[in-house]
Amino acid sequence: MNHWIVAPIVLPAILAPFIIMVLRYHLDLQRIFSVAGVVALLGIALTITAQAAGGDIQVYELGNWPAPFGIVMVLDRLSAMMVLLTALIALPIVLYAIASGWDDRGKHFHALFHFQLMGVCGAFLTGDAFNLFVFFEVLLIASYGLMTHGGGSVRLKAGVQYVVYNLIGSTLFLFALGVLYGVTGTLNMADMAVRVAELPAEDTALLRVGAVLLLLVFCIKAAVLPLHFWLPASYANAPLPVAALFAIMTKVGAYSIVRMYTLGFGPEVEATQGLVGTWLQPAALLTLAVGAIGILGAQHIARMVAFCAITSMGTLLIAISLFTETATAAALYYIFHSTLATALLFLVADLVMERQGGAIEPKAPMPQSGLVSALFFVGAIALAGMPPLSGFIGKLLVLDAARDAPDAGTIWAVILIGSFITIVGLARAGTMIFWKSHDAQYNPVPKVEGEEALVAGPPEPNPGLAFTAVFGAVLGLVMLTLFAGPALNYAGKTAEQLFTPEDYISAVLGGEE
Amino acid sequence: MEALVASAVGVMTAAGIFLILRRRTFPVILGLSLITYAVNVFLFATGRLALDAPAVLNKYEEVPYTDPLPQALVLTAIVISFGMTAVVVMVALSAYLSSKDDHIDMTAQDSVDAPGEDA
Repeated sequence: MNHWIVAPIVLPAILAPFIIMVLRYHLDLQRIFSVAGVVALLGIALTITAQAAGGDIQVYELGNWPAPFGIVMVLDRLSAMMVLLTALIALPIVLYAIASGWDDRGKHFHALFHFQLMGVCGAFLTGDAFNLFVFFEVLLIASYGLMTHGGGSVRLKAGVQYVVYNLIGSTLFLFALGVLYGVTGTLNMADMAVRVAELPAEDTALLRVGAVLLLLVFCIKAAVLPLHFWLPASYANAPLPVAALFAIMTKVGAYSIVRMYTLGFGPEVEATQGLVGTWLQPAALLTLAVGAIGILGAQHIARMVAFCAITSMGTLLIAISLFTETATAAALYYIFHSTLATALLFLVADLVMERQGGAIEPKAPMPQSGLVSALFFVGAIALAGMPPLSGFIGKLLVLDAARDAPDAGTIWAVILIGSFITIVGLARAGTMIFWKSHDAQYNPVPKVEGEEALVAGPPEPNPGLAFTAVFGAVLGLVMLTLFAGPALNYAGKTAEQLFTPEDYISAVLGGEE
Repeated sequence: MEALVASAVGVMTAAGIFLILRRRTFPVILGLSLITYAVNVFLFATGRLALDAPAVLNKYEEVPYTDPLPQALVLTAIVISFGMTAVVVMVALSAYLSSKDDHIDMTAQDSVDAPGEDA
């Protein structure tokens, strides 16, 4: 067996307790180990991506129990790609958190950060539905800590909402798994796919209930309308580097939809036919629309970026709900792009908030406003999907894939108008924050009351490193644009692999490799 | 017995949802606990209800047995939900102590206040 497959889970699982127990009082050492851990994770992710790129589906049997009985980790192109994406966005975020001093504003930032990475990587790699639930809980419980990191009454209140909402989501997940286990008698995803296909027609009512509940749970994670309302308050009130990391968390929901519904509950399965197309697609279109309107209406930069995350989830889920091979390839490219772009914009929003507070209104010019505004500009271009960055390519691919769909007109209209509103909203915010601040008509004296607490926060210890980290995220987007060909090629092959679930099933259930 | 278990799950879920909709932290946490009880009983029942049957196979003779897997799942679910309830109690307590307000919904004032403030 290939032991690299569990490495992305084992490494943070060892590192995080090590940071808590041994390095508890040594922030400098914590930082060194944390960065080293993320770099090592990136190395592991590159290794397993290289291994998966060949097209073999590798299975890691925990405790050497054969597949339907034991828990398996499965490495295919999709999971390798998602682990790589996680490691890629974790690196700039951890560097930024160190440089901006966010990790010093509360306890255990780095330990929680690594627990979160463990949960995310585990969710991407597991081949067992109940294990997916467990990894969801791991990443959620770490995210509860990260979300309230630094404290403050507003953040704690938002934290309560976030925790309660996700607890309800977890309970639904358990109900869904219970129903599916009751019907199919297995929790292994591959085995479940086989049993679902074989199920007699009279049992499909319960199966449908299970599949809908599962879709609901993943939609909560992916912040699909009408289950999105936890996201703006949570992300906008979380420490923004943490919100940048949470950009991958909504993608865990999207990943789970792709995984479960290409494998077991696809359109060709009679019992769950039409589920994704009938329900997910309109919801995704509405998500995009509401996200775009939210960007335009936001009064606060963090809230605005949170709505950007919602629009990108909308676009992504439109592509996923089309459920064809080309559309899925486009969705995979878009996942990569939108995670990087959302994380970048959250980091830039934090740069802005550290300097002049988050309200979108003219204020006194901030230090290094040229650099910050340039970064905002790049992030906005990427997120809105304007050329030359990868967002343009991603949206183009999604539009192209939607061309043959029955509702092509609606999809095109929503994506294009949504992008336009996004551009207007981001341009409005950029103008207010960066240009009008220099306008002599507006009073250059900052409003003192209420804002003072903000501006007088601990000074940024290391702006150089902070900018390096943010430029790292920009570099990721540029590389994704420059190497769009190879990336698309990989995405295409991944989609091809996803749409031949027989390979996955035989790899998992086939016993020894 | 089926009717009893099913109605217990149903009543607990309904009561839990009702309590969650109260929008104050204490009832909401109680409601969450009720829902997790409901889901635990539900998970237990997914292995089909069997009376007086051991949760192990007997290889010497054919005797009735009950499915052991849901029991293991319930154990995991209980541990997780217990931990999560502890976390939500802690977060809710500190939120209440810092803002002197136990409403779970955020008012317009909250979102106008700058979220980036450091305590």
